[in-house]
Amino acid sequence: MSLEISRNFVDAIAEQSRAEYPDECCGVILGPAGSGQALRHKPMLNAAHSPTFYEFDPKDLLALYREVDDNDEEIVVIYHSHTETEAYPSRTDIAYAGEPGAHYVLVSTRKEIAPATEFRSYRIIDGVVTEESVTITD
Amino acid sequence: MPIEVRIPTILRPYTKDQKSVAAEGATLSAVISDLDAKYAGLGERLLENGALRRFINVYVNDEDVRFLGGLEAAIKDGDSITVLPAVAGG
Repeated sequence: MSLEISRNFVDAIAEQSRAEYPDECCGVILGPAGSGQALRHKPMLNAAHSPTFYEFDPKDLLALYREVDDNDEEIVVIYHSHTETEAYPSRTDIAYAGEPGAHYVLVSTRKEIAPATEFRSYRIIDGVVTEESVTITD
Repeated sequence: MPIEVRIPTILRPYTKDQKSVAAEGATLSAVISDLDAKYAGLGERLLENGALRRFINVYVNDEDVRFLGGLEAAIKDGDSITVLPAVAGG
């Protein structure tokens, strides 16, 4: 298993995570249904406005799924940032992971590695976390 | 006319992979009971201690049921219910 993703998206997510610091940022990357290709970046609002939690606004969530259906797309990547800890799924990330087909991407803005950010990808299925390799394309 | 309930991917193992199923009931609570009778185990994925789970979103015709009375939300024939797990974490 692996994630292939454009450098533009990696850079944009890093930028968003810095802009929304100290809150966690979040969003998705969409692609044509069944393709598994991460092609359309869509930053989302963190309705929790929190440094330790993120949640898509329920209204935005419904709009997102309607849009995905209408465009015959799928959610390929679900990402969020960790502001002070490493880019590894937390217990709550694992408990609430509801998209078995998605790549769960974690970025970290923790100061030990600043200005660099970490970017890692996982599958989270039935409470089991499996890290996967990330290939960044130009 | 039955009520259409749209099922998210993660719960489709309960509905034999159907994206959308039909149910009946005059309230959301009754609809969930009907769903659980037809698709055993589904009710428990939506409810916890008799209340809607915090990280499951349910919409009736695009409106979040939390603003419609929750489990007591009135449902009528032809309504469309959508279930979506929250996208959330820490």
